[in-house]
Amino acid sequence: MSEAIPTVPIEVKINGEACRDKVEPRTLLVDFIRQQACLTGTHVGCETTYCGACTVLLNGRSVKSCTVFAVQADQGEVQTVEGLEQDGQLHPLQKAFSREHALQCGYCTPGLLMSALHLLQRNPCPSQSEIRKGIAGNLCRCTGYQNIISAIEKAAQEMGGRKTAEE
Amino acid sequence: MLSQLGEEAKLLAGGQSLIPLMKLRLAQPSDLVDLNFISGLDTVDKGSDEIAVGALARHSDVADSDVSGQVPILRDCASGIADIQVRNRGTVAGSLAEADPSGDWTPVLLTLDAQLHCLGSQGSRMIALEDFIEDAYSTVLQPAEVIRRVRIPIPPAGSGGAYLAFKRSAQVYATASAAVQLQLQLQDETCRQVRIALGCVGLTAARATQAEDFLSGKHPSAENLASAAEAAVEDAQPVSDVKGSAAYKKTLLRALVRRAAERAVRRARGEQLEGGHEYV
Ligand SMILES: Cc1cc2nc3c(=O)[nH]c(=O)nc-3n(C[C@H](O)[C@H](O)[C@H](O)COP(=O)(O)OP(=O)(O)OC[C@H]3O[C@@H](n4cnc5c(N)ncnc54)[C@H](O)[C@@H]3O)c2cc1C
Ligand code: FES
Ligand code: FES
Repeated sequence: MSEAIPTVPIEVKINGEACRDKVEPRTLLVDFIRQQACLTGTHVGCETTYCGACTVLLNGRSVKSCTVFAVQADQGEVQTVEGLEQDGQLHPLQKAFSREHALQCGYCTPGLLMSALHLLQRNPCPSQSEIRKGIAGNLCRCTGYQNIISAIEKAAQEMGGRKTAEE
Repeated sequence: MLSQLGEEAKLLAGGQSLIPLMKLRLAQPSDLVDLNFISGLDTVDKGSDEIAVGALARHSDVADSDVSGQVPILRDCASGIADIQVRNRGTVAGSLAEADPSGDWTPVLLTLDAQLHCLGSQGSRMIALEDFIEDAYSTVLQPAEVIRRVRIPIPPAGSGGAYLAFKRSAQVYATASAAVQLQLQLQDETCRQVRIALGCVGLTAARATQAEDFLSGKHPSAENLASAAEAAVEDAQPVSDVKGSAAYKKTLLRALVRRAAERAVRRARGEQLEGGHEYV
């Protein structure tokens, strides 16, 4: 029954590094990231555009990578949770998540971090309700969200604070 | 290209309806033609008398654009659809083409008398949104015809509008929703150009014309707005489903129409109000 499906070459810049491979047109971006680029930080929770565990930034915008075809990212830029750490230093969001106990099993965390990153890039100083709205597309079955919200709040303060220190 | 591929080929815009449907095998297109590689389609442009929303303008593009500050009902709708990830992909044109009976754009754009500029192998045509949606998930689009842009007349000075949708959570479609757009006459503060449309009421969103007629020419007193809401609910025929019984949805609609009308009036008076979708 299985007919060979013709593949297409694509090139996607993931966390700054060019990644070239062939994919079937139906391959989802998340499967390309996990199985072909071997970056397994991005999770698959539901595959139904619901849980947000697969959230990555595509050309600077958060998307659910289970609902984008890999071919659609051709010549584009993707940022995943692995790209947050810089020079061996965790990103302020990652540090705040750890400090504030914003994760338990950790399954939702990569997606939440990417949603939080997208939120803070657009709105460096969000209110609690803006944070809630910003992560409405990410489900967490463990924490009850309170610590996630306070971690994002703390990270925002820290990142804002750091910006003023640099100025 | 679509016409060469035949009737089973489909256009891919944001993919936020089509890809989930393909996973469920509810859609099995023979070929997909991806609009996303065509540049210049993602624009939200304001002309002298209309706003043109390009075929690839995402919900978040509309939410972020200046024009939706001027026509706040657009931001109410755009900023509350699903979650930011879905809004970053899903398009206004794709939503209209999908014609989901619980979709948010149809009621909102019905109150603004939107027109769809469509291109097909037969050439281009303008279709009023009123005439565009035939039934649930069904439009008058021909197989190889695409929505090039959605054209929204800019409401006259002194207008205000608001959209309210009631949802169980961000990721689900609304249980009930109401859009109200009106103009307040300067001299006597009576309502003109009243448009009221309801979502999640059967197979397609629908205008509540009885309620519109009732409110036209009247002062927007609390009593009149409540009576208009009552008239809108009389027009409406929501159906019972997993989200609630028809009676429950009517109760919701009554409150949503009244509150949306109150907000529309306050905005027509120049107040800045945030709002849109409400979760339980
Ligand atoms: C979790 C989730 C929650 C959602 N909640 C809501 C909600 O609350 N309210 C709401 O309104 N929507 C909701 N949506 C749907 C979302 O708004 C979709 O983006 C939208 O319905 C379809 O737009 P799209 O650009 O993604 O279209 P696609 O999925 O790409 O296409 C949908 C259909 O339209 C056709 N099409 C697309 N563009 C055009 C065009 N320019 N011309 C002709 N045909 C075209 C396609 O061929 C296809 O048949 C939700 C989606 C998800 C995944
Ligand atoms: S895996 Fe993509 S949204 Fe759940
Ligand atoms: S920490 Fe377990 S799902 Fe969020």
